[in-house]
Amino acid sequence: MATAAPPLKDELDIVIPTIRNLDFLEMWRPFFEPYHLIIVQDGDPTKTIKVPEGFDYELYNRNDINKILGPKSSCISFKDSACRCFGYMVSKKKYIFTIDDDCFVAKDPSGQQINALQQHIKNLLCPSTPLFFNTLYDPFREGADFVRGYPFSLREGVPTAVSHGLWMNIPDYDAPTQLVKPLERNTRYVDAVLTIPKGTLFPMCGMNLAFDRDLIGPAMYFGLMGDGQPIGRYDDMWAGWCIKVICDHLGLGVKTGLPYIWHSKASNPFVNLKKEYNGIFWQEEIIPFFQSATLSKDSTSVQKCYIELAKQVREKLGKIDPYFVKLADAMETWIQAWDELNPPKAN
Amino acid sequence: MRNPPTLLSLTIDSALINFSTISDLSFVPEHILLELFVRTLKAGKLNEKILKLFVATGKEEILSVIESLNIQHILVPVLPTRKLFHDEVDIVIGALQPDLTSFMEQWRPFFSRFHLIIVQDPDLKGELKIPEGFNLNLYTKSDIDKVVGSSSNAISFSGYSCRYFGYLMSRNKYIISIDDDCIPAKNSNGEPIDAISQHIINLTTPATPFFFNTLYDPFCEGADFVRGYPFSLRSGVECGLSCGLWLNLADYDAPTQSLKPDLKNSRYVDAVLTVPARTMLPVSGINISFNNELVGPALLPAFRLAKEGKVRWETVEDIWTGMCVKVVCDHLRLGVKSGLPYVWRQERGNAVESLKKEWEGVKLMEDVVPFFQSVRLSESAVTAEDCVVEIASSVKEHLGPLNPTFAHAAETMVEWIKLWKRLRAN
Repeated sequence: MATAAPPLKDELDIVIPTIRNLDFLEMWRPFFEPYHLIIVQDGDPTKTIKVPEGFDYELYNRNDINKILGPKSSCISFKDSACRCFGYMVSKKKYIFTIDDDCFVAKDPSGQQINALQQHIKNLLCPSTPLFFNTLYDPFREGADFVRGYPFSLREGVPTAVSHGLWMNIPDYDAPTQLVKPLERNTRYVDAVLTIPKGTLFPMCGMNLAFDRDLIGPAMYFGLMGDGQPIGRYDDMWAGWCIKVICDHLGLGVKTGLPYIWHSKASNPFVNLKKEYNGIFWQEEIIPFFQSATLSKDSTSVQKCYIELAKQVREKLGKIDPYFVKLADAMETWIQAWDELNPPKAN
Repeated sequence: MRNPPTLLSLTIDSALINFSTISDLSFVPEHILLELFVRTLKAGKLNEKILKLFVATGKEEILSVIESLNIQHILVPVLPTRKLFHDEVDIVIGALQPDLTSFMEQWRPFFSRFHLIIVQDPDLKGELKIPEGFNLNLYTKSDIDKVVGSSSNAISFSGYSCRYFGYLMSRNKYIISIDDDCIPAKNSNGEPIDAISQHIINLTTPATPFFFNTLYDPFCEGADFVRGYPFSLRSGVECGLSCGLWLNLADYDAPTQSLKPDLKNSRYVDAVLTVPARTMLPVSGINISFNNELVGPALLPAFRLAKEGKVRWETVEDIWTGMCVKVVCDHLRLGVKSGLPYVWRQERGNAVESLKKEWEGVKLMEDVVPFFQSVRLSESAVTAEDCVVEIASSVKEHLGPLNPTFAHAAETMVEWIKLWKRLRAN
């Protein structure tokens, strides 16, 4: 009996930022090979990144980014994995899965290898339930359902825009926590997918993430980080807060939980501390900003929402540090670049 | 004819039972103190704390008795690393079935250290069968009638609501309540799970309702707050309510269970998480615990369906109460947790039969949920009692006109608070 075609084979791109090499792809080969890869090479563009045989891919280094975007390339970070969002922009597919190059295939408690991509696809293809919490988590999963008391009118759910996966082994801690608990490893497999409720923010990690480009793509800007910037390791966080506000506004869902990947590399906590330093203080102001951000009824598209948000960032966060003014500008540049590369389809 | 007990012996009896409330014995005349000491020994109630009280009086004769009996302080306390909270917990069981033997025997390893309050469903005739060896108080219809008195017209404690009478009677800080058709679930090694300990852990560790932690409970071993979690929110808030889950027969409504009769919950999700502020959830009364001091008044029997029955499919009282508690917790900046522990819920009842009888609950949820999602309380509501009164008034105004069940619920909530206050004042 012929095996079914890999789901969404021609509708999904895998975006991988890298500065080292792509050896990790060997382990993922059984799950990733049918899919198209977009490699975003950070750092020195003269270095050649070898892609393992058999993968269908396009690769962009800094020179390519500068050529394609021209002056607008200023919004794409350099020397930081935040540059991956360039991959989102140039993709022509409906769905994106992004993964770090130090993430490998994890095993579930029964010892089976986890096909993270397949789980993300399942998460994206079935509805979310942000309006009322289901105590048995994802009601659309096999073996589960809505519990007693869950209103029937809310059981259709809303479209899922983002699927946020987790990590076994090295957990995604900030530098202070890493310094205090250098040996802590995540060994707990929590067999759940759940929708993050409307009105609730979360820390979105870009290590193992999938989203619907059509629904939320333009909001997945990973900010200005790395070289020449006063902050690093907040790229995915920034995107996560923006997309959540916008998803809540547009009635879209964000899921978190399965799938797990195996995170193998612990980054240097002292290096991380330097990068995160400003972020640790700034997030105390940034979070209340996002928690109280409201978008106007006229913002009916992701781009409109994002531009509105950028204005608010400039107005309200600009006073914390001039960085936020630069960031607001970059957010607007990003949208312009996105719209240029992704013109609305002709009728 | 036997001599009636003396006043002194009655006093000493009373002191023995209430030792936990006595903090000083120095005022007691020595001869009475001696008698108390001997009786304490006889009752087997001499522990470290009580011994210290006697020693602290400094009375010579007491000290010499202690010496002659060679009673010694334990210098190196042999204590578990985790505080056990024995005397701060009440386990409240609503008995809807007459024979609790199997239920109590299965829970014995986990119940035996604690004080139990068992309340017999007033509609259940006859005497309950309860095995020996538990430290418990049993309340029946006659107790309910005696205590509740004239307001028994407004508040019904029949069926699943009988447990609320137990909450009313409890003076302990933490209350844990499990349906009498649930037994301990087993973990992956086949060992029974101590749901009581897990509830206590949930209630005594902070909750984090203001920002979602993607690694779920940051206070459990092996986990922490993830990158991007604001530091100012990392101390968390107190937990008001802990909602456990169920393996085997999950808490589905009748339509779902009728449609999928073979749907059993076999997925063990190893997580406790805080349900975010302002997010409503359906709280199932099957396996819950709460901080009685903080939210006690909000655990109330108010939402009674016209044809409410004796299986969970035929009720939504706990869903209503749960949403009241969530609103109260959100307002008072307390947390509500959901997840572990699991209990194993046994088969009972027939979903299709329930469906034929009771649709009302399912329909009413359509109004209940939006109401609770939008209700806002005033700044002056600073206790759970205040909050409940405000919610009741809002229910009366906004939901009352829609259905008599709502109007009645609002009235009952007000009566409940009155009753609560009256009993606490004594």
